[in-house]
Amino acid sequence: MIEAVGLTKRYGDKTAVYNLSFQVRPGAVTGFLGPNGSGKSTTMRMILGLDNPTAGHVTIGGYPYRRLPNAPRQVGALLDAKAVHGGRTARNHLLSLAQLSGIPARRVDEVLGVVGLQEVAKRRSKGFSLGMGQRLGIAAALLGDPQVLLFDEPVNGLDPEGILWVRNLMKSLAAEGRTVFVSSHLMSEMALTADHLIVIGRGQLLADMSVKDFISANSADFARVRTPDTEPQLREKLTSALTEAGGQVLPEPDGALRVTGLPLPRISDIAHDSDVRLWELSPHQASLEEAYMRMTQGAVDYRSVADQRAGLQQPLPPGAQPPMPVPGQGQPGWYAPPPPQQGGQPFPAPQGTPGPSAPAGPYGAPAAPGTAPGGPANPYAQPAPQAPAGAPQPTAAPTAPAPATDPTKSEDAR
Amino acid sequence: MSTPQPPMPQAAPDRQAAPGSPYPGYTSPIPVVRTTLWHAVASEWTKIRSVRSTMWTLGVFVLLVVGIGLLAGAVVAGSSPDVSGANPLELGFFGLLLGSMCVITLGVLTTASEYGTGMIRTTMVACPNRGRVLAAKAIVFFLVAFVVTLVSASLVALAHVAMLEGDGVLEPSGEEWLKATVGVSLYIALLGLLSLAVGSVIRHSAGAITIMIGAVLAPLVIALFMFSQSLKDVQQALFEYSIPNQLSIFYANSLTDSGPSGWDPLWIMLGLTAVAFAGAFALLEKRDV
Repeated sequence: MIEAVGLTKRYGDKTAVYNLSFQVRPGAVTGFLGPNGSGKSTTMRMILGLDNPTAGHVTIGGYPYRRLPNAPRQVGALLDAKAVHGGRTARNHLLSLAQLSGIPARRVDEVLGVVGLQEVAKRRSKGFSLGMGQRLGIAAALLGDPQVLLFDEPVNGLDPEGILWVRNLMKSLAAEGRTVFVSSHLMSEMALTADHLIVIGRGQLLADMSVKDFISANSADFARVRTPDTEPQLREKLTSALTEAGGQVLPEPDGALRVTGLPLPRISDIAHDSDVRLWELSPHQASLEEAYMRMTQGAVDYRSVADQRAGLQQPLPPGAQPPMPVPGQGQPGWYAPPPPQQGGQPFPAPQGTPGPSAPAGPYGAPAAPGTAPGGPANPYAQPAPQAPAGAPQPTAAPTAPAPATDPTKSEDAR
Repeated sequence: MSTPQPPMPQAAPDRQAAPGSPYPGYTSPIPVVRTTLWHAVASEWTKIRSVRSTMWTLGVFVLLVVGIGLLAGAVVAGSSPDVSGANPLELGFFGLLLGSMCVITLGVLTTASEYGTGMIRTTMVACPNRGRVLAAKAIVFFLVAFVVTLVSASLVALAHVAMLEGDGVLEPSGEEWLKATVGVSLYIALLGLLSLAVGSVIRHSAGAITIMIGAVLAPLVIALFMFSQSLKDVQQALFEYSIPNQLSIFYANSLTDSGPSGWDPLWIMLGLTAVAFAGAFALLEKRDV
């Protein structure tokens, strides 16, 4: 049981963690998510008594870590895979920690076996790969057979077999009734491993809920509707009919429509009433990754922008499709649609979309280029690669399928 | 809490795995031992003997002390100068002065290298009692440095007495023997301990080593350039209290006749080291790791 109350940490005038309160309960894997620099590691260090909080406190089993009796037997931690002296062999590294914690030396060989490092036990850890370093760090965390385990990015650098192993290890540790607190930025991994999520951004708590609640609270389920590509006017007709009925309609780059706020049968009825044929009507649920991206998009400190390669670009040959930007590059927000109750989440109005099919939300009006949340306007004013083009380009064949990269790859990655 | 508790694994006896914890969780079958300073000492001994830097610094130290000592002895014995009435142990000074740099380096590395590698975080998680870790490091390092210095210095002293026996040198008295072996060894080990404390404060190997070597050499060098008459007293004090001169006092061949004498250097170094440790402990408790 880890309990943080009003945890705050400032380094000079930079606030790394602000007023963070949460509980981590035993018997479950609790995921700790946040973008880079959001304060995950700082929080972990404060839990372990390495950094003193500027304000607030954090306890493990009711004690601050530095006053916890038999601390190494109650808490094990992997903070940083390379936090070892590279000149020491794996076995001696673990032996020194075992001696420090009053753990019998044979336990060292046990944990070396558990993490699969027996064969390199006598080798200096300097020559270890990142994955082997992670395994050594996990061995150190397991050494005291503790009740509370903290792992900071445990799957970094592991091969698929290692990732699977860590996933099962976390689950089995939690199933034994231990408290397992795992930080990661790999959403797909957390979706498979964690039962509960604590999400922070810019050092502040964004969410503290179960994985299931997290997804449903942060990403509405939506329906994908596709009208015949050959008759664009049908699409416009359906869009206005659905909007009238109270649904939110967002065009997708390949010409399909994302509809939220209306159940599937109702969409079908409306289409039938307005005499529109449907090629597709399918239910979708956003993945954890999408939910996370949506939640943290305002709290990302380090964001990449699209590489403009200014001056290096060849003029596009007439009729060619400009390359589709990769999602996440300089255009935050091409993720799951906003949950209906929140309505006003920033959502990039896909520019270049024919007017009538633009979304009708508060941001629905075709945004002025400078203020579009879809990223800064291209300073070099190349008209070509705009954010996801909503409609098939008039020059391209009307039946053009989705371009190579589909930025709305949303369907349930789980 | 509301979280359903899975059944307790195996028939673990009801020992205090989680004192004060109202949440029955996992209980380890490994018996819990109340850790003491001696656990930390065992751990630090494993650490110091399992890295190459220890072997390197101590190897070079022994090479310098014994090598230069024997060379000096052989030169003096071979050239047969007028050494009658001199103390044969004095020749051990040169090797030890150079060798002290190795002890300084090892002392700094014992603490600062853990900060460089990040190992300190692992250590402090395993032992949240930070003072205990520093104390254990100090104990282990002091014993290692003292024993190695004592063995090398004694070996050199014995060799010098044997080499120069026929040249009419004085038979060293019991106290002279004690000062030239145990005395200098304590002094060198304390100098290393001072470096260890500085390493813990500075947390940066190269920085701390530079500071310590500067502290050894700077007073002598600065004093050399103090020509002004008004600075005469300062110059004198710098000479007398510089670490090389303090070291030479153990061999009774001080640069000056005034200033510290007898066992004084040991008490000076003891005081310095104590002050440095008080600072190191206070900072260690207060600072973030």
